[in-house]
Amino acid sequence: MTAPMAILADDFVLPPRRFSLATAIRRNPTITFGAVLLAALIIVGIFAPYIAYSDPFKIAPVNRLRPPSERWWFGTDQFGRDVFSRTVYGARVSLIVGLSVALFSSAVGLGLGLLCGYFRKVDSIVMRIMDGLMAIPSILLAIALITLTRPGLGIVIVAIVIPEVPRIVRVVRAVVLSIRNQPYIESAIAGGTKNTKLLLRHVLPNTLAPLIVQSTYVCASGMLIEASLSFLGAGVPPEVPSWGNIIAQGRTFFQIAPWTILIPGVFLAITVLAVNLLGDGLRDRLDPRLARRL
Amino acid sequence: MSEPSAAERPVLEVEGLVKHFPIHGGLLQRRTGEVRAVDGVSFSIARGETLGLVGESGCGKSTIGKTVLKLIEPTSGRIVLAGENISALKPGAMWAHRRRIQTIFQDPYSSMNPRLPAGTIVGEPLENFGLSRGRDTDERVAKLFERVGLRPDAMRKYAHEFSGGQRQRLGIAKALSVNPDVIVADEPVSALDVSVQAQVLNLLIDLQEEFRLAYLFISHDLAVMRHISHRIAVMYLGRIVEITTKRRLFSQPLHPYTEALLSAATAPDPKRRRQRKRIVEGDVPSPANPPPGCHFHTRCPYATAECKVTAPPLIEVAEGHHVACLRRPVGGDPGPLSIPG
Repeated sequence: MTAPMAILADDFVLPPRRFSLATAIRRNPTITFGAVLLAALIIVGIFAPYIAYSDPFKIAPVNRLRPPSERWWFGTDQFGRDVFSRTVYGARVSLIVGLSVALFSSAVGLGLGLLCGYFRKVDSIVMRIMDGLMAIPSILLAIALITLTRPGLGIVIVAIVIPEVPRIVRVVRAVVLSIRNQPYIESAIAGGTKNTKLLLRHVLPNTLAPLIVQSTYVCASGMLIEASLSFLGAGVPPEVPSWGNIIAQGRTFFQIAPWTILIPGVFLAITVLAVNLLGDGLRDRLDPRLARRL
Repeated sequence: MSEPSAAERPVLEVEGLVKHFPIHGGLLQRRTGEVRAVDGVSFSIARGETLGLVGESGCGKSTIGKTVLKLIEPTSGRIVLAGENISALKPGAMWAHRRRIQTIFQDPYSSMNPRLPAGTIVGEPLENFGLSRGRDTDERVAKLFERVGLRPDAMRKYAHEFSGGQRQRLGIAKALSVNPDVIVADEPVSALDVSVQAQVLNLLIDLQEEFRLAYLFISHDLAVMRHISHRIAVMYLGRIVEITTKRRLFSQPLHPYTEALLSAATAPDPKRRRQRKRIVEGDVPSPANPPPGCHFHTRCPYATAECKVTAPPLIEVAEGHHVACLRRPVGGDPGPLSIPG
């Protein structure tokens, strides 16, 4: 290899790739909208003590079931607690549950899914266990776990993660199974790529797009399950202001004080929407064949 | 094209290669049979030589390619690469030998990871074998791009941003990157336009002369074979039926199947079309249930009663010309065969 090498100039440098935030936003409105909405909710959750103008736990029976007004922005509940403050604090619970459920189930699911899809011997054993887990309803599992321990956020997260893991595993495994038969995997093996690198570089990145879509779904459904559990009284302790708890407690007076369930309900819907929009946008963006270049 | 020297030991020798794929069926997925994709194939390739492997779809050409690359494990037989028997090596032990044997795939699009830039794909074998690292890899890849006729700034592009011919050039650059001894080219030009085919074939020929590469060139296209091969092996249903130099194969085919293949190929001269003898009739039998005796007897116009019973061995009937046909004995008349009965 001597003669052809001279064709290239000695000072050859690859031109740097430019990135413009404005262009990125203009080309990905769905991601931008979802991300901004979610970021706003996360900020609300983090700065809840500064945003809420009153104590969400303070009971004031004199002011019970007051409609939204200048003093109580979202009204009060049957104990006279301020619904605005409770809703703001409730964002914390929902976001923590949603994000940790998405994170933990994706991490576990991705690992198991890669192993199942790539190493066929692991597959038959792990998948039968997954089938078993999938048959467990989250709500029953949560009730069982909470009767065994004491109610709390951690146990709620665990109870939601366990049945969600198989959903992720199935998606990842299916993608890995289709990728491992792609000629580019054979091509990489022929080029001397070893198992670990093959998994991390050629298989893993191709599973990320479906994984992200699936984990946003899991995140959204985690929030909804938490709300359902709290609504049923099997979630976080009732005094904790989670959106599910607020709705559950407002249920009795919903005809005379609809704000106690509508407002946290709307917040729950907006949060789930933001997460789903972000997931859909990322799915389109992460596929280089669909993406318009930045 | 210079004829390769015969004195040197062949860089790739294959002896009695067999690959049977099991067929599982029934409720319990028991083994109910096997597809005899490759059924006892032997050949060798010298440095700087191209052996063409030609045959119909499903005759086992690609299986031979993949088995030689050890992408699938052979059922039995010996594969000797640069003096070392690699046929029984486990994946871990095989790794060190992979640098010597590289491959170019039929479909250059699906053989490139859609999520990696072209430069990374081409540079991957270099880094895998520790031949270069980081910035050094970039430079070497840029040079490889130049060598195969691509602009080095295309390193940043993804597979879908290239044309078919460019993608195949990328495949060639990747195969070439680790300076291999043998390249298995599995239908490398059949997905390309005819005009681009010639460019890619000429590039392969230039590279062969430059680096003394040995090619195992798999194709069903006789025109392509004629352009690039030094020797050609004709396959039928998992076996080589004839193997000889390009010149002899095209001027004096001895096996009835080769004859049929050649007569089926489009003649460049329209007047010759009228003289065309015939095209073999019927379908290729299933490799899961090959006919006894000579595999070709079901479609061979010259088949005798013996052909239905005895499998013909591949014998050297003239120097460098092996044929597996009972009606072509050593020193026999190379003229046309008579139709029995």
